[in-house]
Order: sequence, then C-alpha cells, then structure tokens
Amino acid sequence: MTPGPGGATVRAWPPSGTPDMQLTQVLSYALRRLLQAVPVVILIMVGTFLLLKLAPGDTVDALVGDMGGADAAYIARLRAEYGLDQPVWVQLGRYMAKLIQFDFGWSFVYEQPVAAILWERLGTTLMLMGTSLSLAFSIGVGLGAIAARRAYSLTDNAISTLGLIFYATPSFFLSLMMILLFSVKLGWLPVSGLSDVAAFYTGWDHVLDVALHLIMPTAALSLIYLSFYLRLMRASVLEVADLDFVRTARAKGAGETRLMIHHIMRNALLPVVTLLGLQFSTVLGGSVVVETIFALPGLGQLAYQSVIQRDMNMLMGIIFLCAIIVVIVNFLTDLLYARLDSRIALK
Amino acid sequence: MITTSRSACGSAWGWLLAGAAVSALAGPAAAQEPRHGGTAIIHMPSEQRILNPALRASTGVYNITGKIMEPLIDKSYDGPVGVLATDWSSTEDGLHITVKLREGVNWHDGEPFTCDDVAFSAMELWKPLLNYSSTLQQYLESVDCTDPHTAVFNYSQPMPLDLFVAAMPDLGHPVPKHLYEGTDIMRNEHNTAPVGTGPFKFVEYKRGQYVIAERNDDYWRGKEYPYLDRIVWRFIPDKSAAAAAIEAGEIHESGFNGVSMADIERFSKMDGFDVGTQGYENNVAHSTVEFNHRNPILADLKVRQAIYHGLDIDYAIKTIMRGYAKPGRGPIPSAGGANYTDDVTTYAYDPELAKKMLDEAGYPEGPDGIRFKLRHRPAPWGEYTQLWAEYFAQAMKEIGIEVEILTNDAPGFLNGVYRDHDFDTANGWHQFRSDPAVSTMVWLRSGSPAGTPWSNQFGWQSDEMDRMIDEAQAELDPDQRAADYHAIQKLAMEEIPVIFAIEHPFISVTSQKLHNHHNTPRWNSSSWYDLWLEK
Repeated sequence: MTPGPGGATVRAWPPSGTPDMQLTQVLSYALRRLLQAVPVVILIMVGTFLLLKLAPGDTVDALVGDMGGADAAYIARLRAEYGLDQPVWVQLGRYMAKLIQFDFGWSFVYEQPVAAILWERLGTTLMLMGTSLSLAFSIGVGLGAIAARRAYSLTDNAISTLGLIFYATPSFFLSLMMILLFSVKLGWLPVSGLSDVAAFYTGWDHVLDVALHLIMPTAALSLIYLSFYLRLMRASVLEVADLDFVRTARAKGAGETRLMIHHIMRNALLPVVTLLGLQFSTVLGGSVVVETIFALPGLGQLAYQSVIQRDMNMLMGIIFLCAIIVVIVNFLTDLLYARLDSRIALK
Repeated sequence: MITTSRSACGSAWGWLLAGAAVSALAGPAAAQEPRHGGTAIIHMPSEQRILNPALRASTGVYNITGKIMEPLIDKSYDGPVGVLATDWSSTEDGLHITVKLREGVNWHDGEPFTCDDVAFSAMELWKPLLNYSSTLQQYLESVDCTDPHTAVFNYSQPMPLDLFVAAMPDLGHPVPKHLYEGTDIMRNEHNTAPVGTGPFKFVEYKRGQYVIAERNDDYWRGKEYPYLDRIVWRFIPDKSAAAAAIEAGEIHESGFNGVSMADIERFSKMDGFDVGTQGYENNVAHSTVEFNHRNPILADLKVRQAIYHGLDIDYAIKTIMRGYAKPGRGPIPSAGGANYTDDVTTYAYDPELAKKMLDEAGYPEGPDGIRFKLRHRPAPWGEYTQLWAEYFAQAMKEIGIEVEILTNDAPGFLNGVYRDHDFDTANGWHQFRSDPAVSTMVWLRSGSPAGTPWSNQFGWQSDEMDRMIDEAQAELDPDQRAADYHAIQKLAMEEIPVIFAIEHPFISVTSQKLHNHHNTPRWNSSSWYDLWLEK
C-alpha cells in the first residue's frame, strides 16, 4: 500500500490505543501538520509572486490595453498609484506584510477588495465542483466496480468504451454540443449564466432556476471526471479481487455481495480516494473551460482573467486559498486512509 | 462672441455587404407603433469593471454607461446633436468655448444638473484622469460658470471648436459634483454604481455575470421615453456560447464583433436577425502593419513600399473580414468626414514588382529563397488581428521575406512593441476616435515616451510631419484644418511609417425584435432612449 501524501506511514498490525488516545493523537498530528504547512505556504507565496513578476507587462499595461489606449502621463500616474513603480522586493515585502494580517489587498482590475471578490466566486465554484466531483466519484466507483466484476463481458465493454469516449472528449466540445442540443435545438435548458437575470425569481423559484442553469455544466464536468474514477476503480477491483484474503473470505463462505462490499471495495477504494483527494485539491481552480463557456462566475474563470489582466493581488489571493485547501485536503485524505485501512497510522 | 459651429459628418458607407447589411429603419417594422415595456438583453464579451465614462474612455464602458450617463454632445447621422448641451460657440481666437447647458435636467438622485457639475468634471476628471482626454484638454485652464447653465471653457492655446465638438460624445460625460467632490475620485463608489442623467438608472452590477439598469421615470426628454423598462448586459466570454444564446433568443444584441465571423456570416443568412456595420460609423478601426525603423532594412523606404505591394488587401478583406471592410488610405479613415481624403499614393498588390523593388534595395533572394527574416508581434485583439498576422506572414513568404510570429498576450504585446521596441514588424489596431487629433496623430508624431501604447514607438521621426501635425492641431479654420490633415495623410502614404492597411467598422448581430436599433453613428455607445422591444 502506498504511503499517504502527507506523511502517514504504514505501521505494524494490530492498531493500538483507546478512542481517547486516538483523538489526542489526531489533534497532535493536526497541529504538527499545521506547523509544517506554514513555511510551505510562505514559500509558495514568495515563489509565485516572483514567478508572476517574470511575465512581461503589468496590470497597468493590461488595463490600458482594455481601454484602447492612454497617454504617457496617465500611465505613469496609474502605475505610481498602484505601487508598481517600486522595486519588486519592496512590492513583495508590502504584499507579505499585508498577507500576514490576512489582508488580501485591493484588486485594481475590479476596483474592489480581493477578499470580497474571492468570497463571491467561491460559492459558484464550490457548488459546481462539489456536485460534479461527488457525482463523478459515486457513479464512477459504482460503474467501475460493476465493470470489474463482469470483466471482459459486454457490460464491461460498454462501460469501458463509454468511459473512454468521455475521457477523450475535450470539455469545450462536450459543453458546446450539449448547448447546441439542449438549448438551441430543443430549448429545454438555458444556454449560460447562473440565473435568468431578467426574471427576478425569488425563493424556491430562484433555487430551481439556478439548478436548471447548472445542469449542463455539472453534467459536462462530471462526465469527464467520471471516466477517471471508473477506470481506476475497475483496475483496482480487478487487482484486489485476486488477492489471498479475498480467496480466504470466499473459502470461508462469504457471499458475493458481502465479499464485494466488505472485502474488495473497501480495499480497492484506497487509490480512488487518493485521486479524489488530488482532484479536490484543485477544486478551487475550478474549470476554466466549462466556466468560460457557460459564463459562470467561478474561480477558474477569475484566475484565468487575472493572469491575462496581470491582477497580482487577485492571483496571489487565489493561490493562497488553493494552497490552504491543498494542505487541508491532504490532511483529511490521510485521516481517511487511516479509517479505510487500519494498518495505516497517523504519525 | 462669434459662432463658428459647423456640422460635419460623412456617413455614407455604401460598401456594406449587400444582403448582410439590413437596416432596421428600412424594414416593414418601422411602421409599427413603438411598444412600452420589456427588457432588452445585451451581450458583453468582456467585463467592464469601471462604469464611469469620465474615467475610462472605452467603447465597452460606453456600451453600458451610455444609457445611464449622458455626454454634453452626441453624434447623429446629421452631425452633432446636443444632449446635455443645447448650444456651443467659440471666440475667434479659439481660447474660449461657451457651452449652453440643458435646463430642467436632474441626476438620478434628484439633484439638478448644472454648470458646476460640468466645471468639476472637466477640471477634476477629463483633464487629469481620463485617458486621451488628458491630451485633448492639456491646455484647458479653467471652466467658468457665468450662470447655472452656461459653461465657458478657457484654454491657454487655441482649441478648434470642431475638435472640441467631435471629442465630446466620447470624452464629455459630466459626473455629479455632489457625489464626487471631496472624495478620492479613483476610488469613488459611484465608479461602479454610476449616477447619471440618462434614460436608464443603474440598479445592480453583479461581477462576472451582469449589469442591470431600469427605466428613469424622470427622464428629461419626457414621460414618453425611454420605451424599455430595463436593460440587462450579460457577460459571456465565449463567442460560440454567445452565438448559441443569441440563437436561443436569450440575447437580443451582440455588438463590437462579439461573436465569431463564421457565426456572423451564419446569422446574416438566418431569419430574425439584423447583421451589419450600421451604427459603427464612428467606431472605425484600422488593421495595421507596424515597422521598427531601428532595423536598417525596414528603415529603407523601398523595402516598406515593397512590403505594401506584397499585400493583397482585397483578398484579406474578403477572407478575414468577410467583406465588411475596405482598404485603408492612410491614418485617417473615411469615417473622418471632411478631414479624410482618398487622393493619396496607393500600393496595388503586385508581388513581382515587390520582388523587383527588394532586389533593387539590395536584398536579393538567398539560396533558400529567403531575402531576410523578420520577427513579428501580432496583437491579441481577437479574430481580425490574429488572422491578419497569419496572412501577413504568408504574403511575405511569397516575396521572399520570412516572418517569424511571436505570439503574446496583451501586456506582452504592448510592452514588446511600444515599450521595449523588441520587434521588427507588428500588427495591431488603430482605433479612430472622431477626430484625427484625439488618438491618431500620436501614431505619427515623434516624442511620445517609450511605454505609451498606440503611439509612434517605431523609431520613425520626420520634422516635416511633426510640424504639420502641430499646425493642424492649432488650426481654427475648418477648411484649412481639413486641408492640413489631407496633406498629413498624403505624406503618411508616401513615407509609410505604418501601413494603415484595412479600415473596418465593427459588426453587430441584432434580434429583429428590437426596433430603432443602430440608428446613430455610435449607437452602442448612445443612450437608447428610443429603443423598443417587440413582444
């Protein structure tokens, strides 16, 4: 079994300790991980800042490009106002000093505090990515298990081929084809956006409206993610099904269902959970393509636009958020490992 | 005071694609009675973060704020028309321009609009803070309010009234003084929640999604206007998705080439849509080829002439712009009215002649068929510039010049060309803004500091050109002014510091449910008080 990403190690069987001891263990483990994370996050922030500074041009160039031009004095004034006329080290120092107080700064592109915009966008992205990943995970795991149990049968071939097709389809193409079919031709679903702006729905009507708008983007995203889980689960189940303990369980008279759920699935899930952890870490990055096509105001689109606009503060804010999420998800994945496989202990 | 006001507007764009340019005015719908009510939904390809036309002069900003905030003067097909101004005149020396302001106009918060607002806006925003306006108004000394509805603009150098009037539609939006005075103007909350005098009142700006404005019941044109209850601008960055939304009826209009040329062509053949360039006569741009004259090869006039001869402009217009364009005739487009002339040197497509000229200039073909190599920076301004760059490279290959395309994003392009001068050739976009003095002459005049985008950063300097530009700028007599600009155009076509290759207005796709659309030369920027929506 592979060690967890964050330092969980394999320890000798059987596990020891009372529930109380386990809780203190988890807490001290959490604290240690948190302390380890601080230098990592600082390194990430400094590195990213310098890396972004290497890109040609700054936010004033992008703004002026957007405006269709400006004269030299105007440009110089804007640059001085944004502090971009200072040396990079001064800019970095100022930024880090603010970040330590959890002040993400001001976005010169949106003329709003970065934190306010991030907060606004977080909801959309979490909703979209959360739903898509959960759907993809549960359906993918289910289909993968079925395919593996009937390996090389017609069912398996059908499932595997479908998975391959979705895996190979670029998300923009899938999205556009869905729009063409369900919105333009059939007129069942709205083309894009988060809600029908001109309708002014409130209460449940609004919830329904948003849900309708999210059907296609969620479907497009889950279909693509689904294939990962499906293929991984299938391979994993096939591998585990051949192991000695499964044969032993079968010899002891365990039924096929019990065998599948208690013995095979539980062990086969480990690599799939690793993948889920990895993908959840990127959740905040959103999906640039799907968010752009469906005009959803998520973090993915925001991050992409921020690169184009050289909106440093915004980008740094997003990266900070992502770094934090990665640290948390890694920690949670390790906890989950320990739960799924009792041979893994938190150290 | 002597009145020298004059109406100048040429608007005969007879070169639109037949069949594609469907005028809403000419359709049978024109006879219908306008309907009150309804919500018009407009596509915006990119988000406008600042909604204050007195701080950001850009068509994207006007497309939204033009309905909420009004300029002193707007443009119609019959010439300039007063909006918040009713009359304008100049003293003979051009040092004082008097503008009469409309009475009985209220800001959306109920405060009256007066000369104080104009004086404050001019001195605190237009002159120091508004892009391009800061050059236009650099000699503005003060604005006096002789009475609450008379503003006198005092200049230290003569300001041609023509230029002032031509610039006002874009660069003459007053802001309410009582909401801006004593605040940090760049950080004022009303920059993203505008308060104006227009037919629509700002309601909400949901970042990344939409802007909503609703009917102003207290509009100065009377209770009749506006017809619409509401306008919603939706931000849809993906062009294909926007086209689908138009087709599904979720969007009523997409302007400024908001969908791809392939979709524009498709819509022009579909029922229920008006497709064309009408309404953009004032929003004309050139696709350019820009030379770095610091490269001795390109400093040779003969080489630049040969390159011009090597470009099949008509082919590019047909394939890239699908016919919605025409060949450029120097820095001023035909939309420039009296200041435009087509009596200039031209360079017909003739690759054989181009090759001969390159031979004569001392650049014969090498053994691999290549005379010399150029590093080319294409502007990332969308479909036109990308394809025009590819065509340029292809056409140059035919006359033995190898062009290496260096792809870059917007800041990369602007820095590479206009600040670091790290290019041999570049292709981009020259946006004409009503009068050559506003943003066109900086392409030819020397002296712009490095890092000024869309200015002469080409290492080309001509004392004669500089003198002619300065003279035209200060010329008060409209006829002499026009003659000056004709001479500048002629010289620019002889010297070719830049190739202003193709002139094109923008293209819009409009649902035929909308009526009275694209009925002014800068329609997407105008107030839409007379726009109405069929049920």
